[in-house]
Parts: sequence; structure tokens; C-alpha cells
Amino acid sequence: MHATVEGKEILRGIDLTVNKGEIHAIMGPNGSGKSTLAKILAGHPAYVVTKGEVLFEGRNLLELAPDERAREGVFLAFQYPVEVPGVSNAQFMRLAYNEKRKHRGEEELDPLEFKDLLAERAKVVEMDAGLMSRSVNEGFSGGEKKRNEILQMAVLEPKLAVLDETDSGLDIDALRIVSGGVNKLRTPENAIVLVTHYQRLLNYIVPDHVHVLYKGRIVRSGGKELALALEEKGYDWIKGEVGGQQTAIGA
Amino acid sequence: MSQAVKEKSIYADAFREFSGRRAGEPVWVSRLRGDAFESFEAAGFPTTDDEDWKYTNVAPLARRAFVPASAAAEKLESAAVETFVSAEARRSRLVFVGGVYNHELSSLEAIPGGVAVEELGAALAGEHAEVVREHLGKLSGERGDAFSALNTAFAGGGALIHVPKEVEVAAPVQLLFLTAPGEGGSASFPRVLVVAERHSRLDLIETYAAAGGDGAEYLTDAVVEVFVGEGARVTHYKVQDDGDAAYHVASTRADVARDGAYELTTVTLGAQLSRHGIEVLLGSEGASCRVDGLYLVGTGQHADTHSLIDHRVPRCTSRQNYKGILDGRSRAVFNGRVFVREGAHQTDAEQSNKNLLLSPEARVDTKPQLEIFNDDVKCSHGATVGQLEEEELFYLLSRGLHPDLARNLLTYGFAEEIVEGIKFESIRAQLDSAILNRLRARLEV
Repeated sequence: MHATVEGKEILRGIDLTVNKGEIHAIMGPNGSGKSTLAKILAGHPAYVVTKGEVLFEGRNLLELAPDERAREGVFLAFQYPVEVPGVSNAQFMRLAYNEKRKHRGEEELDPLEFKDLLAERAKVVEMDAGLMSRSVNEGFSGGEKKRNEILQMAVLEPKLAVLDETDSGLDIDALRIVSGGVNKLRTPENAIVLVTHYQRLLNYIVPDHVHVLYKGRIVRSGGKELALALEEKGYDWIKGEVGGQQTAIGA
Repeated sequence: MSQAVKEKSIYADAFREFSGRRAGEPVWVSRLRGDAFESFEAAGFPTTDDEDWKYTNVAPLARRAFVPASAAAEKLESAAVETFVSAEARRSRLVFVGGVYNHELSSLEAIPGGVAVEELGAALAGEHAEVVREHLGKLSGERGDAFSALNTAFAGGGALIHVPKEVEVAAPVQLLFLTAPGEGGSASFPRVLVVAERHSRLDLIETYAAAGGDGAEYLTDAVVEVFVGEGARVTHYKVQDDGDAAYHVASTRADVARDGAYELTTVTLGAQLSRHGIEVLLGSEGASCRVDGLYLVGTGQHADTHSLIDHRVPRCTSRQNYKGILDGRSRAVFNGRVFVREGAHQTDAEQSNKNLLLSPEARVDTKPQLEIFNDDVKCSHGATVGQLEEEELFYLLSRGLHPDLARNLLTYGFAEEIVEGIKFESIRAQLDSAILNRLRARLEV
């Protein structure tokens, strides 16, 4: 897959297969295209896919609108969760949850029924009940915003969850809670893609596969040990190797 | 020129006839009416050459001779009325149909003894005649304001609310001005006088609505004068939901005494053309006011708010927050003046006007104005005009909300800041459903 934003090519040939039950980590230095990949999967309008396709359960995801993708089971945990003034967190999540139920031909939950469900799911990320009646993400701390993303994941139960730098800006305690939540939500039926800059997160959420993204391409794939090697040697190691290759090709 | 003359005399016969019917009124009232009609005739309806009316063209209503409502108003079934009554004010309401007081539809059971809530005509003939005489027309400024002058000339259905000192009225008083189906071409001139004596408390709900027959063209020309006594607090809601084809012109003027507080929230939903003039005088130290509002207009609607908050003396506080939601081919005007006079030291004033345009055909002209004539003040003001935030929209879409629902939810969120400040559940609910219905949402909250 190739993709551009504002005419600039960011992804230059991504090939990736994620099976259900798997956790993949996508790592890479800043500007390598990690977040672009995450946003493309969710259908952000600013990104244009110029080549390739994204098959999700046999369908080309790129032909679906962002809301359709979500109802089909794709979820993006935002790197910078958006504040929505005037709309309560509980109200927002109930609407999203009911959209999904309707899509599946199920009965909608009324506010009271949903309140019980929300309280149950909130335990996954130890979320304070007080945050449910507040406006979505408004005045939330960085950690609360990230926990709120994972709470939405817990409510919507996606088949494919893409977590875009969910670890950034978290202190150790918040990181433990957030990653504990993700681990609880892992099932043999869903798949999780972790987009991260640091290996730190992978101590808590252990990936089956690790991919290194650099200049819009996956330049290295391996098991969890690849992340440890990266941590040890730094991204310069990859940059050096890939840079060398490119020079060689160019010559 | 001949056009102007014709416009001015359009109500002359009606006024002669009206005066004849009102022959029994006290002389001072007849004189007030006569003077007002004269100043109306002298001024004529404003035109867009007038700076204050630059963006609001009243020519369509000025051309038309609306017929002032008389006693022979249409009847309304009480069931048709109940839907417009605020639940909190079931037993504390005055109902007017086509500008005429309707005793059967009104209820004053919850009004405590000593508090006067009565039809203005009755008040003139009763024990509160002196209160009316002392206050009526003292704020309305007929001179130079054709609509206020016309109101004073024809004031018919209206109310006096008098709260004696240190009395708190627990139930909100609702004044419900309804237009019955088939009243096309009629004009009503509601006139309200509120006098809250020192350390009293009053909640007032002023409602305008069309009871069926939404397409009728009629004119509502209202004037409300509010006197907030020393240390008193008046919380006032105005809900304007006149019919789609109606013209609504109103003036709300308040005078706040020392340490008194006036809190006005206006909700503008109806009428093809509406204009609301607001004037609050902070003329004694420690007086404060809050003037909030929400206008929600769609295709074919024009809503204009002109406000003036006049800080005349030191240490007064004012807060103003107006929000607008414009859909389709609609237009809104917000002109908010905050005037801080030379001696008004330590004035604390904030003003904000934010607008959300949901359609490329919607247009708003906003002009917040701070005029400050001393430098020992804390004042801020600002205005914005924008559309729904793309990132917010994408966030909601990414959670599976259909695009319509996502837009509605964001619009609802925009209005919420005003809605949540409303004390009465019935008004909040009405507003929620107006916002959501307007946007054809299936969003229940």
C-alpha cells in the first residue's frame, strides 16, 4: 500500500498480514509513517491511498467510510484523543455502542441498561465513574484520555484494534493500567496492532510479531526479540542498514 | 415619500378605534398611549439606512397592516394549551391567546399571597394601579423606537408581576403568549411589567408559541420592563417559538438596583423574522446581570439580537454568552454593546458570541462592541463564526456513528453550554428536542 498526505508520499509500500488472535507491534523512528498507517486504517480523510488495498475479512476496507469500518469492527485508539465539548462520555459511548448493535440487528440499550454495561467495562481500565458524566475527554489528564480510548475499545469490542502510541505521555502506573486493560481485551477472535515508538509498552503487552517501519516501508519483521534489539541498538542501527542498502541500490 | 406616508398612517384608523374601546382607562394611560402613537407616527418603521437596523429589513412587515387583536380572539382548547405550559409553572401561569388574556386557561394557585400576578388591564383598575403608574413606560424608551412605541400605543394582553420586599416566589411564573390557528394577519402587543422589590426572588418564564397553524403570518410586538430591586434576584427565561411565518419584535429592558441580580436567558427558535432588543441598566453599585442566549434558525429565518449593557456606576458585573446555530439558508445578527461609563470603575464585564454555521448558505453578522470610558476595568469580549470541527467529526465517525448523527451530536454539544445553564427541566427538554428535531436527529438524550 502507498499513501500520501497533502500530496506528500508517506507510505511507500506496506505489506502486512494480521491474523485473528495476534498482536503486532509496529515500531519506527519519528516520521516513519506509523501514525499515518493507523489513521489510514480508520479512514481519516486527510490521507489518500494511491496504490494497494486493505483487506479486512475479505472486503476492501478502503471502499468503506470511516463509520462503516468502525461498525464492521475496526477501532483506532487515537494518539491524541479529541475533546468533544457538551457531549457526555456516557452518552457518546452509548450512541456508538447502539450504532454497532443496530448494525448487527440487535436491540438498542436504553441509558439505564447501558450504564450498567459501562460500569462493568470501566473496571477494565479502572476508570472513575465521575468521568462518565463529563464531556468527552474535556479536561481529562493525558492518562485519563488514553484510558478512555481503551474503555471505548472495551465497549465496542472491535475485531481489529489499532492503538496509535497509546503509551505516549503515560507514567508507569497509567501504562500498567492501560496495558493491563488491553491484555484483558485480547481474545483468540480479535487482533491488535500496537503502534509505538518505544519498546517499553511491549514489556506489558507482549506482541507475536514486531515490524520496523522506516521511511514508509516495513524494513524488518521479527518476533518480540526484534523490539529488544531495537531498544539496545537504537533506530540508528536500522537507519544505517537500510540507508546502506538504498545507497547500494541507487549505485 | 408617498410610500413613507402610507406606512406611517397604516395604523391610524386602528389606533382611533382601539382608543375608543379603551375609553375607561385612566387618563395617564390614555396620554401615554397617545404620546407613544405620535412618536410612532413621527419615527415610522426603521429602514436599513438606520445603523441599528442595517442587517434587518422590516419592510415586509411595515408594508402590511396587521390588525390589532381585540377581545374576540379565537378559542383554544385547554388540551392544545397544556403542551406549551412549563411543567414547573402549571399552577402559576397566565395564558394569553392572540394577545388577549384568557382567565380559564390560566392558573394562579401557586402564587403566594401578597404577590401580584395579574393581567395588566386589571392591575390598572386594582390595588396595584400605583405600582403600574410608577413604573410603566419608565424603561421602554418609546422615543426613537417605533416598535416599542407601537406596543405602548396598543398594549393589550399583558401582565403585572409585583413581588413585595423579601418575598421569594418559589414556583416560576409563566407568561404564555399563544397564537391560535386562523389568526393570520393579526398583531398582538404583549406588555409585561415586573417589579421585584428589595431582597425578593422571582423566576419568570416568558413563552411565545403558535398553537397550530404554523404557516400564519402574524406580528408579535412585545415590550417587557423589569425592575430588580436592591438585593433582589430575577431569573428570566424568554422562549420565542412563534410560527414559521410570524414576525416577532421584542424589547426587554431591565433596571437593576444595588446588589440586585438580573439573569436573562433567551431561546430563539421561531418566526421568519425576529428582532430582540435587550437593554440592562446597571445603575447602582454591586448590581449584576447575566444575559445568555441561543438562537437556532433554519431556511427562511432571520434572527437579530441587539443588546446593550450599560455600566453606569462602579463595581457592577455583567456576563453575556450568546450562541447561534444556523442551518440552511438562514441569517442571524448579533450586536452586543457593553457600555462602561466614565465613572464606572472596577467594572467586570465579559461578552461572547459564538456561531456555528451548518450550511454554506447560512450567514451571520456579529458585532460585539466594548465601549469603555475609564481604565480601571476588567472587560473581555469576542466573537467566532465556524463550522463543525473536522477532527471532532472524524473521532465520532471512527466510533461508528453515522455522519448525520455525528453532526447532530456535535451541534447538540455546541448548544449544551447554554442549555445546561437553564434552571428548568421543561425548557431544557424543549430546547433539546428543538435542536434535535431541527437537525432531523433520532438522538434521544
